[in-house]
Amino acid sequence: MNSNSEIYSLTVNGKTHEVRDSWVGESLLYVLRERLDLPGTKGACEQGECGSCTVIMDGQAVCSCLVMAATAIDSEIRTVESLSVGDSLTEVQDAFVTEGGVQCGFCTPGLVVAIEHLLSQNPDPSEIEIKEAISGNICRCTGYGRIFEAVDKAVSVRKAKSS
Amino acid sequence: MVEINFNHRKPTDVIALRRVDELKSVNIDIKNSQITIGAGLPYQQMEHGEIALHLPALAQAARTVGSPQIRSAGSIGGNLGTCSPAGDALPVLSALNATVNLQSADSSRAISIHDFMVGVKRNARMPGEIIVSTTLPIVSGWQGYSKVGVRNAMVISVASCCLVVDRINGTIAVALGAVGPTIIRCRETESWLAAQVDLKAKTTVSPNLLQEFGDRIATESKPIDDHRSTAAYRRHAVAVLARRMLTRANAQ
Repeated sequence: MNSNSEIYSLTVNGKTHEVRDSWVGESLLYVLRERLDLPGTKGACEQGECGSCTVIMDGQAVCSCLVMAATAIDSEIRTVESLSVGDSLTEVQDAFVTEGGVQCGFCTPGLVVAIEHLLSQNPDPSEIEIKEAISGNICRCTGYGRIFEAVDKAVSVRKAKSS
Repeated sequence: MVEINFNHRKPTDVIALRRVDELKSVNIDIKNSQITIGAGLPYQQMEHGEIALHLPALAQAARTVGSPQIRSAGSIGGNLGTCSPAGDALPVLSALNATVNLQSADSSRAISIHDFMVGVKRNARMPGEIIVSTTLPIVSGWQGYSKVGVRNAMVISVASCCLVVDRINGTIAVALGAVGPTIIRCRETESWLAAQVDLKAKTTVSPNLLQEFGDRIATESKPIDDHRSTAAYRRHAVAVLARRMLTRANAQ
């Protein structure tokens, strides 16, 4: 019984990657981390509850642990690695640092991706819209206060830059 | 996928349906007062817009599913396939008497939701059949969905309820989730209430009647004690949910 899949390609952060020696049941999370050398996306619950594996797939925030990687062959996938250019952080990433929105840091990549996705669609979200957008991203350290402060900071910095 | 992540399942062959556009189609048929929703349409697409306009209870159920990440992937087809009594769309399908449309290589069939759900995580789908879509009627009246969980976001329901008042036919439908092996329709309470009040008009339901309505709903539920809650709490919860929604139905 050979349950390895054929070689297939995934488009991640604008680049085509060949996936080799893969088993067909591997999640997108697993393939990103273990086969494509993109470990920024984190895996924790493996059942869609914690949001630490959040990536953008065809413009939607999804849990990469719940996507079968081989079914994503013609999707545009964007991971946390695509956000910053070199050493320059995005407004959201920078605000997480300056506002102390990071403690253990494990949930941070998923939160940053979810918040970047929110702000790309809604540059000036209300408090309830922010809470809704990150309701699928669980942080057990910060108590969320500083995360909300980081979002507010990122929103105001972005506004100041665009005006 | 969760089962695969936890090594409960080791598939060797997978047929991916994600890119079959027909499974994400929506057909709003105003002439025949019905909407057919593809089994793979993400819940996110039901939260607002035309589906929400015609099927507000489904929109409310869709908004309570998981998180934004889950709602951009999860679909009614998944709820039907899993057939967990806690599936959020299922009480809505039951209260609206939805039809499930199945397709195999050489035949297709439409089956009532009441015949489709046969037990805890068991349904009437045959090997070789896929769930294509579900057809729901557009009902003139009031409809709503409520659920109880340990918090607001990202939670599986402890108890849920869908209530639909059909003002044209003067009937009510109440379906309960997570309080039995599968979704429970409270048919005795439904016909009891229809005999007590004129459901074709907005009527004020007396406090005594409202109390008895909830009590009867609780009696028709069949909850168990498990790691998520107790039978006693669930019985209480469905009574409260049903009373609240009946009050809302008559306020609007």
